[in-house]
Amino acid sequence: MSSYTHHDEPFYRKYIWSTDHKIIGLQYGFTALFFLLVGFTLMMIMRWQLAYPESPVPLVGSIFGEDGILLPEIYNSLGAMHGTIMIFLGIVPLAVGAFGNYIVPLQIGAPDMAFPKLNAASYWSYLVGGIVMMSSFFTAEGAARSGWTSYPPLAVIEVGQTLWLIGMIFLITSSLLGSINFITTIVQLRAPGLSWMRLPFFVWAQLVTAFLLLLAFPPLESAAVLQLMDRVAGTSFFLPSGLVVSGEILDVSGGGSPLLWQHLFWFLAHPEVYVLILPAMGIVSEVIANNTRKPLWGYKSLVFAVVFLGFMSFIVWAHHMFITGMGTAMSDFFQTTTMIISIPSIIILSAFFISLWGASIRFNTPMLFALAFLPMFGIGGLTGLPLGLAAADIYLHDTYYVIGHFHYVVAPGTIFGLFAGIYYWYPKITGRKMSETMGKLHFWPSLIFMNGVFMPMFIQGLAGVSRRLWDGGLEYAHASGVLHWNEFMSISAWLLGLAQIPFIFNIFYSLKFGEKVGKNPWDSTTLEWTAPSPPLPHVNFEKIPEVHREAYEYSVPGRKRDFTPQTVPKKG
Amino acid sequence: MDIPYTVEERSDTGLFNAKLGIWLFLASEVMLFGGLFSAYIFLRFGAPDGAFHEWGQELNIPLATLNTLILISSSVTMVMSWASLKLQDIKKYKLYMGLTLLCALGFLVIKYLEYTAKFDHHIFPSTNTFFAIYFTLTGLHGLHIIGGMIVLFYLWIPGRKMWLSNSEQFTNRVEIVGLYWHFVDLVWIFLFPILYLL
Repeated sequence: MSSYTHHDEPFYRKYIWSTDHKIIGLQYGFTALFFLLVGFTLMMIMRWQLAYPESPVPLVGSIFGEDGILLPEIYNSLGAMHGTIMIFLGIVPLAVGAFGNYIVPLQIGAPDMAFPKLNAASYWSYLVGGIVMMSSFFTAEGAARSGWTSYPPLAVIEVGQTLWLIGMIFLITSSLLGSINFITTIVQLRAPGLSWMRLPFFVWAQLVTAFLLLLAFPPLESAAVLQLMDRVAGTSFFLPSGLVVSGEILDVSGGGSPLLWQHLFWFLAHPEVYVLILPAMGIVSEVIANNTRKPLWGYKSLVFAVVFLGFMSFIVWAHHMFITGMGTAMSDFFQTTTMIISIPSIIILSAFFISLWGASIRFNTPMLFALAFLPMFGIGGLTGLPLGLAAADIYLHDTYYVIGHFHYVVAPGTIFGLFAGIYYWYPKITGRKMSETMGKLHFWPSLIFMNGVFMPMFIQGLAGVSRRLWDGGLEYAHASGVLHWNEFMSISAWLLGLAQIPFIFNIFYSLKFGEKVGKNPWDSTTLEWTAPSPPLPHVNFEKIPEVHREAYEYSVPGRKRDFTPQTVPKKG
Repeated sequence: MDIPYTVEERSDTGLFNAKLGIWLFLASEVMLFGGLFSAYIFLRFGAPDGAFHEWGQELNIPLATLNTLILISSSVTMVMSWASLKLQDIKKYKLYMGLTLLCALGFLVIKYLEYTAKFDHHIFPSTNTFFAIYFTLTGLHGLHIIGGMIVLFYLWIPGRKMWLSNSEQFTNRVEIVGLYWHFVDLVWIFLFPILYLL
């Protein structure tokens, strides 16, 4: 333990093989941002094919062959890998790995995570998983091309899937180690006086997220093991008897069930949706409370809602499977639970909206992103309701409507929440603020073009355009009326890409030229702002803080300042 | 500033960090094997009537019974080794930990004999869905045994020097790996009837 007190570590101990939660958080953050960019680039390439089918892709076309046309196989690979990279390598590591690692110990007044070495192992396992995933692009078979959901039998018989499964096992190990660490840290290492109802809402969101990762990921691991067995050991877990591929009956024992995969997969993947959104809600709650200068409205109902939401998310998974023929009784059950789970989400969103009521809002960049999160997530959530009802879902299933729905939740929803968090906590990490001008230059185009990309998807989806078509639906008469939107959406997507340049530039520019700030530039109440900026290596605080108050004492009448940090003792 | 509660218990939760950590890990393990057990149920119901029972006749029940007894004994010696540390008796600890490892090795040897007997009769995971799930479940369980043995061996010889510097933390470590070992034992207690007897 002596290593915890001396600071003169060599470079590789300090920044590479580090066990400091802050360094690991930054490692997670930069790796995840890189993967987000990669996943986004794949999509920008796909959008060329959708806007201008079968014309050579500019700039990168030569990778895809002499004539530069994106072939259907590669289109499928890009689609599968876009989903996989964005979810498992981009957003979850950024929302949980980066923000959770950096902020949670600071907000609970802990010197580090409970298990620093496991924490480092979690990052390195994630990186290995990421490298395995990416390396699949360079193999003779190419990357996985069966969608991010990897439905068998296609995924079992199609090339490129083996590395996907191996990569996934590393990623699951990583999130397992991480979630054990988060829960233990939050339960055990809270500073003296920091009782459960004094925790910032961000910590609650991370705690529930960690439980979802802990309990929902292992069934996907078992599913991945079974699919790997199907591919390498010739088993038939997911292959039914008498399966015909290219006109010939497949030479396997048969007797398996493709539905088994879907059950195991969605048992993870529905809670996964909440893994994506909850940390963003946590960030938004912090930013809103701070910039409305008011206590968060309905803190306790927020906490109960988020815990209930976490619990319910385990019993809604089969609403992704209404058209599999699993039976109406099953559909009845799962559409009922799906309607119930919308209630806590609405409670959370409503509490955020009511928090704005009567506030004198500071419209800085983090607050703009947090404010945009509310209606964007609202659109994503409300458009999900028809998909949760079996009758409507039968029509909408596998159309662009579904793509529009979950991208509204995850892209202008979660990612805007994460942007808000980066702008909000950047001064804590670096001791400097990010440039407001460039922040606004990042925000407004992002907001406009996000909607430009995803809003027309609802129109196409309602017209019945299927989501996985290489030519975007050219061969179908029913699609002809709405396909002209494709060019508009693609141009929006490329402009959205351009709109990220001020953000990337801002991160590096402000590192050197940003306005210098002290411990608490936003006049905030929570514990992370009592640590130096940046917090001390390994120990964070000059001394472990003591907590005397609830998390959001803003604008309490009769006090001199409009905020009272949690560490200020109560009088008498 | 050290990380608090690595050795001593936090008064309001009554836990030291690693104890909570291992219980959380075991919860995730329950979900992992739970996923595979549900796959077993799913496949069993999907198979023709009585097919799973019939395919299972190929398995060697006496050997598996012996293995069950060996694994239960190893759980007993595991507890004894922890109890010896609590009684400050490092010699007894060495003996019981060695016995635990011996039992684990015996289990693996018998499992190896069972596997090779199957391969000799040209029975592979690809033979039918019963053997697919049989090899997957017992294989994954075997990996858990091997993983456990690595940690047990570490605590038996190279890691034992911690007993001199921090006996309380060392005792905690043995307790935690013990919890894991009992879990692995428990998984086998479920595997034995559903694969061999049903």
